[in-house]
Amino acid sequence: MLHVAVATRAFRRYSTYRAATLAGIFTNSVFGIIYSYAYLALWKANPTAGGYDAQDAVTYVWLGQALLMTIALWGGGTTDDLAERVRTGDVAIDLYRPVGLVGWYLASDLGRAAYHLLTRGVGPTVIGFVVFDISLPSSPLTALAFAISLVLAVVVSFAIRFLVACTSFWLLDQSGVKVMSGAFAIFFSGMMLPLVLFPGWLGTLAQALPWASYVQVPADVWLGKHTGSDLVAALGFQVVWAVVLLAACQGVLRLATRKVVVQGG
Amino acid sequence: MAESGPALHLRSYLQIAWLWIRAAWQYPTSFVLLAVGNGLITALDFVGLWIMFAHLDDLAGFTLPEVALLYGSASLALAVADTAIGSVERIGAYIRTGRLDQMMTKPVPLLVQVCADQFTLRRLGRLTQAAIVFGWACTYVDWTPSRVVVALWMLVSGGLVFFGLFVGFSCVQFWTTDATEFANAFTYGGATVTQYPLTIFPREVLVGLTFVIPVAFVNWYPCLYLLGRSDPTGMPEAFQFASPVAGVLTMAAALLVWRSGVRHYTSTGS
Amino acid sequence: MSLTRSQHEPLIDVRALERTFDVRRRVEGRRRRVRDSVLAVHDLTFTVAAGEMVGYIGPNGAGKSTTIKMLTGILVPTGGQVRVAGLDPSRDRVELARRIGVVFGQRSTLWWDLPLRDSFDLLQKMYRIPPARYRDNLDRFVDLLDLGGQLDTPVRQLSLGQRMRGDITAALLHDPEVLYLDEPTIGLDVVSKGRLREFLRALNDERGTTLLLTTHDLQDIEALCDRVIVIDHGTSVYDGPLAGLHAQGGSSRMLVVDLVDEAPPIEVPGATVRRVEGPRQWLSFPADASAAPVVAAVAASYDVADLSIQEPAIEDVIRELYSRDA
Repeated sequence: MLHVAVATRAFRRYSTYRAATLAGIFTNSVFGIIYSYAYLALWKANPTAGGYDAQDAVTYVWLGQALLMTIALWGGGTTDDLAERVRTGDVAIDLYRPVGLVGWYLASDLGRAAYHLLTRGVGPTVIGFVVFDISLPSSPLTALAFAISLVLAVVVSFAIRFLVACTSFWLLDQSGVKVMSGAFAIFFSGMMLPLVLFPGWLGTLAQALPWASYVQVPADVWLGKHTGSDLVAALGFQVVWAVVLLAACQGVLRLATRKVVVQGG
Repeated sequence: MAESGPALHLRSYLQIAWLWIRAAWQYPTSFVLLAVGNGLITALDFVGLWIMFAHLDDLAGFTLPEVALLYGSASLALAVADTAIGSVERIGAYIRTGRLDQMMTKPVPLLVQVCADQFTLRRLGRLTQAAIVFGWACTYVDWTPSRVVVALWMLVSGGLVFFGLFVGFSCVQFWTTDATEFANAFTYGGATVTQYPLTIFPREVLVGLTFVIPVAFVNWYPCLYLLGRSDPTGMPEAFQFASPVAGVLTMAAALLVWRSGVRHYTSTGS
Repeated sequence: MSLTRSQHEPLIDVRALERTFDVRRRVEGRRRRVRDSVLAVHDLTFTVAAGEMVGYIGPNGAGKSTTIKMLTGILVPTGGQVRVAGLDPSRDRVELARRIGVVFGQRSTLWWDLPLRDSFDLLQKMYRIPPARYRDNLDRFVDLLDLGGQLDTPVRQLSLGQRMRGDITAALLHDPEVLYLDEPTIGLDVVSKGRLREFLRALNDERGTTLLLTTHDLQDIEALCDRVIVIDHGTSVYDGPLAGLHAQGGSSRMLVVDLVDEAPPIEVPGATVRRVEGPRQWLSFPADASAAPVVAAVAASYDVADLSIQEPAIEDVIRELYSRDA
């Protein structure tokens, strides 16, 4: 119940920035329009590129814009609070709390993600639907699978952002690592270009890295590219990364705690 | 005083910026990681374009080197403007924290102070990448003296257009302080839209990008001249030489918006 | 500068100054928020002559910072007139900036990560202070404010008091005719407060710098200002010497006495016991009277372990002022 309260509080906190939200939806939509025309040109020249058709491609664009803030692709979100508390030393208090830090920040980040999904996720999706006639999930099962995939995407992204924030325990400042991590996230998530277009070994590698959970996997679930056991495998891929990365968060936090205890922050 | 207004302002700008560079150097690890990270983002951005061309022979009739010329010139213009005056994006935060009030009690024009504030060289990464892509694309251009002139004024005018877009659209924050992202649609959005041949967009978009948000003059029209192509959209050929006009007009419009933004601030105090 | 101006023209001239703000607020039963006009400052008139040191006090939200913003040109008045050093602040803001110094309380203008000296050097360039003048001023202020050892220390490593002294130096390097100080002693320890007050006093003596000080600390006013202007609900409710404020408000100071042993309420002339808690007793006496006779009387008849004097809070003084008027 505590975690629900934490999530609710984060949801409320983010919902106070109304003008920022509107400005963000506007900006996402402008980029959605630009990329839609670029992809339409690409698929006009090569109608089956990456196994997508033109409508798949345009749908993919708008899903990407909708997911951008929900999964905090550029980094940040509530893990920025952690980095700030590490910088100021307040984290020492948190480490002695009986509540696990990872669970606490995860709940908070899910609250944030829920807000961003309802505003900056739904906003561009509606505009994409109206202006570019993007496809919708073909069945309730697909929609349900997408919802699960989306939550997993947020969890995987959270774990990576949490690890980035943890670097402040050693570097005092996460900004450099955050930008580096954001660069990889943009490229390997499929945000910049669908991973299905990546050639050869680069494609294989990109599809195996955790960032594929961010955009490529949820988008393919939405588009109905995964069915039956393939769908289970796709979600299983996200689950495996979520578990591995959350375990890594716990491990790093244990190291950090030892450091704080030994060196007094 | 021998120095006139603009030279003096430029000097004030450089003096403030220099202090910020030195302040950033106090954290060398972060500084390097930020510069490398920003370079990486833009480098991977170009890799994305390159991968696109793995599935294409040409994009709406434009080859990879031709698209690279568009991409490089837009990216370069944006990077120069962003490095020089990108801080103006933070005006809303300056208002909220009272920093703007502090600046208003200093005898240096407010715009100079805002643009120089928190000056950072971390966008050197983007600048480098843009310069490399542009340089590579230039090797495919059939150079003549007049094309060299057009290329040079294209870069300067492109910078001016983005200067104007950064300043003009950031001014929205004088009215709603947390609408920071709004300007991105026009600055970064403007640079993204112009990295493609504008023929992939409907004609209304091209008209908008010519007469309303004149980013088509940042690279599209002058690049048509550099590439020796006739305009596939049938716009007047004179547009290919009109970039400086677009740059100056955008800049002038932005300064007017800035003035009314400051006036709004001093008359409402919020 | 101040000499060339006519003797009769004050340095700061505020006449019937008014400032309203539009706010939107929700009203029960209406869907849209209604626009409302709030008077932050109204009918405010005062003048400050060159060389005066004036305390500008009032409760939070009384209109202090709105006034300062209009005096510095950050905010345009909605009515009335304001002139500083013969200039219209909002119209001639940049020109006025050269002739005034402003320190905004807790917000530092110094470069956090760089040595103090770098911030000062930049200001020399921004204000175009002649090098000789700059060196003289810097030497003098650094000496008076005891900052010599800190000039090459990054600002983030300075104490709060050192940082405040740094900010005040920064505001004075260009020889402003008037200095606006917003809560300069907030958060400082007793020694730092004392040193800062001494410095401001000396500055006024030596250079005739006019000082307008907003503060919550009545001791600042007591130590520095011959005159206070009290603002409440946007307008001046008192303008005169501090002693007069106490007399008019009928406010009192409190002598806190820690006796060696518990005792019945102390009886001395000129003071009344308000509270007793074990060996500690609180005696109130009129704020415009000297504490010395009361202290002497107490010490003469009781075994005293410790003594301290509590100043009346500005809020209390102003409340008194109002309740008397009503």
